[in-house]
Amino acid sequence: MHRFANPTRFLKLAAIIQPWVAGITLGLFAIGLYMAFFTAPPDYQQGESVRIMYVHVPSAWMGMFCYAAMAVASAVALVWKHPLADVAGKATAPVGAAFTFLALATGSLWGKPMWGTWWVWDARLTSMLILLFLYIGYMALQGAFDDRARGARASAILALVGVVNLPIIKFSVDWWNTLHQPASVIKMDGPSIHPDMLWPLLIMAVAFKTYYVWILLVRIRQELTANKVRILRLKQVHGG
Amino acid sequence: MPMKRKHKRLTFVMIGVSLVGVAVGLVLFALGDGVSLFHSPTDIVVKKPSPEQRVRLGGLVEEGSVLREEGSAVVQFKVTDLEHSVQVVYKGLLPDLFREGQGIVTTGKVVDGTLVAEEVLAKHDENYMPPEAVEALKQSGQWKPDDGAERMEMAK
Repeated sequence: MHRFANPTRFLKLAAIIQPWVAGITLGLFAIGLYMAFFTAPPDYQQGESVRIMYVHVPSAWMGMFCYAAMAVASAVALVWKHPLADVAGKATAPVGAAFTFLALATGSLWGKPMWGTWWVWDARLTSMLILLFLYIGYMALQGAFDDRARGARASAILALVGVVNLPIIKFSVDWWNTLHQPASVIKMDGPSIHPDMLWPLLIMAVAFKTYYVWILLVRIRQELTANKVRILRLKQVHGG
Repeated sequence: MPMKRKHKRLTFVMIGVSLVGVAVGLVLFALGDGVSLFHSPTDIVVKKPSPEQRVRLGGLVEEGSVLREEGSAVVQFKVTDLEHSVQVVYKGLLPDLFREGQGIVTTGKVVDGTLVAEEVLAKHDENYMPPEAVEALKQSGQWKPDDGAERMEMAK
């Protein structure tokens, strides 16, 4: 792994991988969205509203997945001081925040016709909102210091503290009474979702993940380039 | 031998994260049922909340208990956890998913053992199926409309 933690080597590799990841992402989205809108059947209770799930569930998974990725990057940055880890964490935060917001928004749109309310303060919805706040806090803390290294350290610590929220989100529906339904896919006795609906959901979930890899590569390359420009500028100013 | 700085930082991070985990775990354990969105009918029957207190009740709409008054929006039904049931009276529009056997969450005040509801929310279960699959299950006699009820039993 140390080999790829070298920014120069990473940039070379990223340039090769990126178009492939982009192609796979677009292909998966085309298949996934087509299935979600056209081949997937309506639900026996929810009717056509069930199609919101094909965006809602992968978004929620992405929100949690990105947070886990950000926390791992933060731990690596704090402990091993790998130059790429800080950049990776920083690049992940807005992506995770966007998908967490999307999960909350699509859930709200589904909740109104199905439950009869846009929002309820149950454990699942509240813990998901806290996840969004953790992302926002992470991003705010990063920019709150004049010294970028201190900002990176402070936000990395926040990211690690917030990890405790991930199992709370996952098990909130089992530990407490909630309005949100319990897990349908990742549970002990197998999925309780019809295969005709499960397949498009899984394809969408994979499409979201490859999208993350794609956008992560773009953002890390951009951040590394920006760092280079900043160093050149500093040299210009000081070297005169 | 002195610890390497890297290892020191790793230990520090691991201890820190586990301490935060334990702290949050204790807080949530102490909060216990306070985090739950609703009470079961058994809770309501046993604890008898005062008429001033707003309570949230959750359970299944008892089969055959729904009574609609002619010419008004008043609906009466019973909410059950298959052990006890509580009479609910509600005036207003019900969500699409409201039906007998469905899980619901309702907020209101308990007056003389009847919950006068201000809000009725439908709960959706974790089963996703096309209508044809439900038909097929019904025809083969494997359809269990009480899946939700079983889950409530297990949850207790």
